[in-house]
Amino acid sequence: MSKLTVKNLSCQRGYNLLFENLSFELNSGEVLKISGQNGSGKTSLLKIIAGLNTSELGSIIFSQSKSNSEKYQLETLYLGHYAALSSELNCIENLEYLTNLGTEIISPNFHAALKEVGLKNYENELAARLSAGQKRRVALSLLFISQSKLWLLDEPFTALDSNGIKIIENQIEKHCSKGGLCILTTHQDCNIKNLREISL
Amino acid sequence: MNIFFATLRRDLKMAFRNPSSFLNPLMFFVISISLFPIAISPDAETLMNIAPGIIWVIAMLSVLLSLNSMFHYDYDNGVLEQIIISHHSLPIILLAKTIAHWILSGFPIILLSPLLGITLFLDSKSIYILMLTLCLATPCLSLIGSIGVSLLVSIKNSGMLLSLLILPLYIPILIFATSAVSQSQFNLPINGQLYFLGSILIFSLISAPFISAVALRISME
Repeated sequence: MSKLTVKNLSCQRGYNLLFENLSFELNSGEVLKISGQNGSGKTSLLKIIAGLNTSELGSIIFSQSKSNSEKYQLETLYLGHYAALSSELNCIENLEYLTNLGTEIISPNFHAALKEVGLKNYENELAARLSAGQKRRVALSLLFISQSKLWLLDEPFTALDSNGIKIIENQIEKHCSKGGLCILTTHQDCNIKNLREISL
Repeated sequence: MNIFFATLRRDLKMAFRNPSSFLNPLMFFVISISLFPIAISPDAETLMNIAPGIIWVIAMLSVLLSLNSMFHYDYDNGVLEQIIISHHSLPIILLAKTIAHWILSGFPIILLSPLLGITLFLDSKSIYILMLTLCLATPCLSLIGSIGVSLLVSIKNSGMLLSLLILPLYIPILIFATSAVSQSQFNLPINGQLYFLGSILIFSLISAPFISAVALRISME
């Protein structure tokens, strides 16, 4: 059983206190939706949990490993606002490098992952030639490759059509049914089982 | 080590698919140096005396021009975030990126320098010493530059600030490198300068990736 414990987290950006004494626990199989107005600190919270930013106070522990430890980073998958695709590389090359950075999988099946997100035959297409929605789909195809337990998805449904949203929601449900955890921020309604919500 | 070669391969592949990113500074290097004989004097003796200084100053400026692109594209498209939160060692990835930058900026300068040395009437021994100083010192330019770029990666149009931050750190390299080439023209010993350049290279090779890693984490906050 994996468990994410966030205790007394406080975050300040400039003179603004975004949130303070934020504590929650997330057990395996659960999805947490973080909602709040623009600028309320949703992305900052995800970045802190991902280990990109530091918090002023508080601690984050996932399965007994602290954030920023090697094991913690290997167990987390963070997909931010940007699709993290380099325009000079094609879909497969981009995915190869991203999986190299984030996982220890020996030979991932990128073709199958791209097929799952509806981008069959786009393997050799340069990222520069893809539309915003297609770029987002390529980034989200990592969800079909990654073996990380904790998924941190910042606005995953941006630029996706309704079919794309459905595919991703199903994949999140599948991940959680296998004991994974997921934290996501979105302004849209989600149809995902075991969804909890906190508001900032 | 796998991630080191994967990063190196990726950065080189990206650069060769968008060659203007590394060819522009090289064109600047060649064109500026070839303008000096026209602007100053075509006289062999005059050019021979100022050649080491000219080649070295322009080499340094052309590396400075190319520094901005080291992390900027990766910052803009979000890859840098993934690099930072990777479970791999950040200094190793940054070292790979810095070496890729050197292969695209410093290494071509070393290859072009004999040709430009000949146009400025340098003799064969001085050209050899010039290439030796470039071999020792251009990696230092990329390594020291990577620290400045890491600190300023989140600031848009930081070219001016980068020059202010990095150029003072380049001055010792410039002094030792140009004095080595000038002194070799008069058959004076140059071991001291080469040892200094070598020690700067070793020191920056060991410390720069770690300092860049810390700087990058700070600037991504």
